[in-house]
Amino acid sequence: MNPLLEVRDLHVGFGGSRHRPLVRAVDGVELAVERGQIVALAGESGCGKTTLARTLLGLEKPWKGEVRFAGKPLDYSTRGLKAYRRKVQLVLQDPTGALNPRRTVYEAVAEGLRIHRVPGDERALVAEALSQAGLRPAERFFGRYPHELSGGQRQRVVIAGALALNPDVIVADEPVSSLDASVRGEILALLMSLRDSLGLTVLVVTHDLGLAWNIADRLAVMYLGRIVEIGRTEQLLAAPKHPYTEALLSVLPETAHRTPIILKGEAPDPRRIPAGCRFHPRCPALASGAAERAGIAARCVGETLPVLPQIGPHAAACLLAGHVGEGIAGAAGNTPVGV
Amino acid sequence: MALLEIRDLSIAYRVAGGSLPAVRGVSLTVEAGEVVGVAGESGCGKSTVAGAVLRLLPTGTSVIGSVLLNGQDVLTMPWGKLRAVRWSDASIVFQGAMSGLNPVRRIGDQIAEPMLVHATVATRRALDSRVSELLEQVGVPAWRARSYPHELSGGQRQRVMIAMALACSPQLIIADEPTTALDVMVQAQVLALLKSLVAERGVGMLLISHDLSVLSNVCDRVAVMYAGRVVEEGPAAQLFGDARHPYAQALAAAFPVIGDPTSRRAPRGLPGDPPDPTDLPSGCPFHPRCPARVDVCTVDDVRLRTVSPVRSAACVHVPAASEVAS
Repeated sequence: MNPLLEVRDLHVGFGGSRHRPLVRAVDGVELAVERGQIVALAGESGCGKTTLARTLLGLEKPWKGEVRFAGKPLDYSTRGLKAYRRKVQLVLQDPTGALNPRRTVYEAVAEGLRIHRVPGDERALVAEALSQAGLRPAERFFGRYPHELSGGQRQRVVIAGALALNPDVIVADEPVSSLDASVRGEILALLMSLRDSLGLTVLVVTHDLGLAWNIADRLAVMYLGRIVEIGRTEQLLAAPKHPYTEALLSVLPETAHRTPIILKGEAPDPRRIPAGCRFHPRCPALASGAAERAGIAARCVGETLPVLPQIGPHAAACLLAGHVGEGIAGAAGNTPVGV
Repeated sequence: MALLEIRDLSIAYRVAGGSLPAVRGVSLTVEAGEVVGVAGESGCGKSTVAGAVLRLLPTGTSVIGSVLLNGQDVLTMPWGKLRAVRWSDASIVFQGAMSGLNPVRRIGDQIAEPMLVHATVATRRALDSRVSELLEQVGVPAWRARSYPHELSGGQRQRVMIAMALACSPQLIIADEPTTALDVMVQAQVLALLKSLVAERGVGMLLISHDLSVLSNVCDRVAVMYAGRVVEEGPAAQLFGDARHPYAQALAAAFPVIGDPTSRRAPRGLPGDPPDPTDLPSGCPFHPRCPARVDVCTVDDVRLRTVSPVRSAACVHVPAASEVAS
């Protein structure tokens, strides 16, 4: 099956010269998203997940590699991008910032329809989008201003604005991280039901692995501009292969049964990507001697790892992941491989 | 005597055309060496309670009840005494470390300020070494004292805020959403730091968060607030694993347990919105959103009832053996 949205050998950078950027925000990513799938892209701040999402939307241009939609490379002409953005819509983290405080809900949702000159009855289209986003009866919300709504309702208005254009894909950047716990599940349930009822494809950018467990079919974990582990959500979260994923999972408050592996420092600098495995300076498996015992410590420091393939079974960009029985916390080594 | 004892606290903000009751009769205690969490959604009154402990609420706010810090009532204390209490007896760590720090002053000077005000350190040299000590204690290199806030990452700024709160060695730390804007790994670092402070120095902590899973991990006891009241209180593990109030149950279920098949592809939330504090529903204020609602809920405003000697919940489904005096 052809993926709806894919990236091939994607490199996005900022500053520096055209072929040697100063900041290598996305540094070799292969990813394929199939129609009707919910894919989560997880990682810490600065790992490149938001840059990757922006590139998928055509907001950043890669210096190497390409984004393909429905089998064709993205057309970066003004007209091409305008047509593309009707099909691929963005939902941002903070609905309060995304809505103009002086415009009503109706105007916020109708704006996209007007920009794209969508034919048909505007009132009916706005009402339909609002009710799809769970704001019913829609007419009661037409005249309201953002400050009259709760945080969850505002996020629903933003989602309705995206839905009004009848897109194929929604890219949601941390869609629930600024919302209350009680509202979080409601918005995630909405994204799932939109996939089921409209066949929407959803790419969710998040730092929250619990969100991936809640809704995502596939999960990709990013570190310093690369996908370091990718696979079906159940498999990946039940038996992570990469020490980074293992650490991220171990510090979640709700995984109390795991020994927390607290990594020192924060995500490193995409201006200075370490040689060898890019995770090696923070890798607990290297620090604990597990890599040494497996006889691969020198390779971790010196050997550049290949980019994980676009399609395939659960895979991790880690030399240790291939060594059966040398799991990071005993879990990663003895797991079956395959989709 | 408890380190902090909040008794029947009611707080109403003054707003155009009347008053807005934000807290409606809250009682809480924090012992030395104990972490007590307060959970609830935006507008439930949790941050208002935190502000009241150090009298940080806007003037004109009506505050009824008492806040006893080491047995002394903060609410009636004269101004000079209150100034002495702030920072040195109890300090507060706010959320959003960027806005809590002055962007045009060096980190070291900001940490030193409360110590200068309270004259706890005699010489400039002693002050500098104390600042270095505090920074290293929270895991920030001491040379960072000469940096400005924008030169630090979000996690480091939050650590600096914690260092400031520790500067005068307070017995009580109030932390209002200290990790909300941080990444998971940085959040884990900051929470581990807060836990070690409580364990090593025996300070008491009041930790405010909307994230019940964070609280369950750090706190000894947790109180869940809804519409200005505590609706459930008890040991953290029990509250997270076996909540009795339907609202606390919904909050606990909002964060999935990874690996739990019942939450896979089944995000759970709570329909509806929190009530308008100026127009609360009749009876139990939670009844319009409650999945376990029965007829009496629209009439009876149930107060906290004893579930076990260490737990209580304000729900009609808890047998009414005895109401907890609040």
